[in-house]
Amino acid sequence: MGPTILIIRSNLTRESAMAQSLRGTTFRGRGIRGAEARYGWAFVAPAILIIGVFLVIPIFLALFVSFSNWNGLGSPLNNSALVGVDNYAKVLVEPGLAQRDFGLSIRNNLYYVIIVVPLQTALALFLAVQVNRRILRGRGFFRTAFYFPSVTSSVAIVTIFIFLFTASGAVNAILGFFGADGPNWFADPSGIIHNLLAGVGVTSAPDALLAAGPLGLDWWSWLSGPSVAMCVLIILAIFTTSGTFMLLFLAALQNVSGDIDEAAMVDGAGPFRKFFSVTLPMLKPTLFTVLTLGLIGTWQVFDQIYLTGKGAPGKTLLTPAYLAYDTSFKGLNWGEGAAISFILFIIIVSFTLLQRYVLRDRDLGRSGERRAAKREKQFRNEAAVGAAQIARKQEDSISQGERR
Amino acid sequence: MTTTEQAIRVATPPATLTPPNRKHQLSARVRTTAVLSYLVLILLALIYIYPFLISIAGSFKTDSDATQDPLSLIPATWTSAAYERLFTSVPLLQWTANSAFITVIVTIGRVFFDSLAGYALSRLRFRGRTIIFAGVVAVMAVPGVVLLIPRFLMLKELGLYDSFGGMILPLVIDAAGIFIMKQFFESIPVSVEEAARIDGAGVFRTFWTVVLPMARPAIITLFILSFQGSWNEFSHFVISRQDPALNTLTTGVASLTSGELGTGNQYPLQLAAAVLMSIPVVVIFFIFQKRLMNTTDGGEKG
Repeated sequence: MGPTILIIRSNLTRESAMAQSLRGTTFRGRGIRGAEARYGWAFVAPAILIIGVFLVIPIFLALFVSFSNWNGLGSPLNNSALVGVDNYAKVLVEPGLAQRDFGLSIRNNLYYVIIVVPLQTALALFLAVQVNRRILRGRGFFRTAFYFPSVTSSVAIVTIFIFLFTASGAVNAILGFFGADGPNWFADPSGIIHNLLAGVGVTSAPDALLAAGPLGLDWWSWLSGPSVAMCVLIILAIFTTSGTFMLLFLAALQNVSGDIDEAAMVDGAGPFRKFFSVTLPMLKPTLFTVLTLGLIGTWQVFDQIYLTGKGAPGKTLLTPAYLAYDTSFKGLNWGEGAAISFILFIIIVSFTLLQRYVLRDRDLGRSGERRAAKREKQFRNEAAVGAAQIARKQEDSISQGERR
Repeated sequence: MTTTEQAIRVATPPATLTPPNRKHQLSARVRTTAVLSYLVLILLALIYIYPFLISIAGSFKTDSDATQDPLSLIPATWTSAAYERLFTSVPLLQWTANSAFITVIVTIGRVFFDSLAGYALSRLRFRGRTIIFAGVVAVMAVPGVVLLIPRFLMLKELGLYDSFGGMILPLVIDAAGIFIMKQFFESIPVSVEEAARIDGAGVFRTFWTVVLPMARPAIITLFILSFQGSWNEFSHFVISRQDPALNTLTTGVASLTSGELGTGNQYPLQLAAAVLMSIPVVVIFFIFQKRLMNTTDGGEKG
């Protein structure tokens, strides 16, 4: 996963507004329009060529393969037959190994997303608020420390994490220090919800949950929770991304002027009230960006799975991204692999759209709306009392505007 | 309150003697929260940094020492055996050379072509510009992992599989970089370029000698991101080659980590590889630390 790409992308969303305002600063009324157009095309030609050849055409090629029975020999264009939606059906509806593996991968990744996205966002926000304080000594040190894990490659980090989380590794040594008996992390396929239930005596599925659920898994399997092994990857994800997102929040916090903070304090807001009523609303655009990037990123877990043992233990580390690779490159079911890729694409796009819809501009949620309505009522009352004055003031300002 | 009492209070530091009044309680509370939050921050920083420290320490330990005492920062017996093995029985130098070669070309390519395209999209007027820009934005929305199979298919089709060409070309331009450069060029005043053009400089000359030097902050940002991105790139090299001679540091070290080269735990060896492969990005990080830490708002301020 490329945290660097993340930085760029979020910058973009924030800067697009700026782009809007700056549009139109192009050369106008030039005599050499023809030459300019030639240069324009020449300048973008390499980009169009590379993006076209290595991104746009490949997508259509893979779309074709996802509807074919290509087995990896020769060129897919003349060594395969179209099989309609068979590949998609095998993965989505036909009972069998392909469907079950896909179901498992979705379950695993879903838990990963549900846990990682809120935690990394909250932690990043917390860190940003902490290192943004003006009175904090050693701010530079803390920022560096928190951002540092984002710099190194996924390969190096995963190598380190495998070392930390072995049965006799550093983490278990620390747990042992506190008297706890750590699990054999990367070899433990048991789901943590199952483990919690086992803790209260429920060790096997109640009959009601043995019914077949979606994608060939019964409900009991769906409700397993992330496996212990997956928890390590969850920690890893939070560890490596919180620094990047901290920087995004930090940049946004620095744009929130100190005046507003002071005003809130003067109005008697405590630190919590100030954070939730003043700071957080002002960070909303960034929060939106971070959540979007988090959602997109967490559905793309590949490197970590490849490095930690290709889905083991018990396929509880299988993710759609890795499954697509494995099905194609190892299983040589290229059509199926490509189909999984496109399903993943659709999942990512729809999650992003869903999140946009949920967080669309209605600001504060239901209680906030109530508060806002109350505030508006109060404002109306005040307005009614001072209607005449306000009207006069408005006239004044309008006439002032005209004079200017 | 008597005057003597007042005198005492003035004479002595309030923190030690005075009976707690309201103001004082408040400041004590503020101080405890401050201390607490420092403790929390220091603990967190430790959690973030300690893994790297024990990795470095672990790379200098013996196999059994690393397994038995993973936490300690000081090896029981110092040994550079892991590093010696890396340079003798593992083709680490070849991996490094491949990584360096790819990183240099990709970085130069991205900086040059992204700024070229970004400049055209922000300043040059030509038919189709809006559509191309919309295309660039759309391309950015495609998740990288979804592209693995498509890219492999295309490389096979073009006969570029298992070659440097196939490993480098798809990375040489990235839409996000074009976007960054376009945004930045739009923040530079046009008047400077106009002056150059009136002086008779051609479009490319204006771009190369006038605009590009002014875009230094954005170019540095792009340089850092491209360098990190291509040095740390992994999944693309998994699908674009299988020849061991084309292993980069990432795929090579991955083969060490996932245990393809022999059995048994070789933690010091793996950790040493992880440490060595991180050095270039860490060096870049510390050189440009100020910039990186301000990257997000620096981009806007220019």
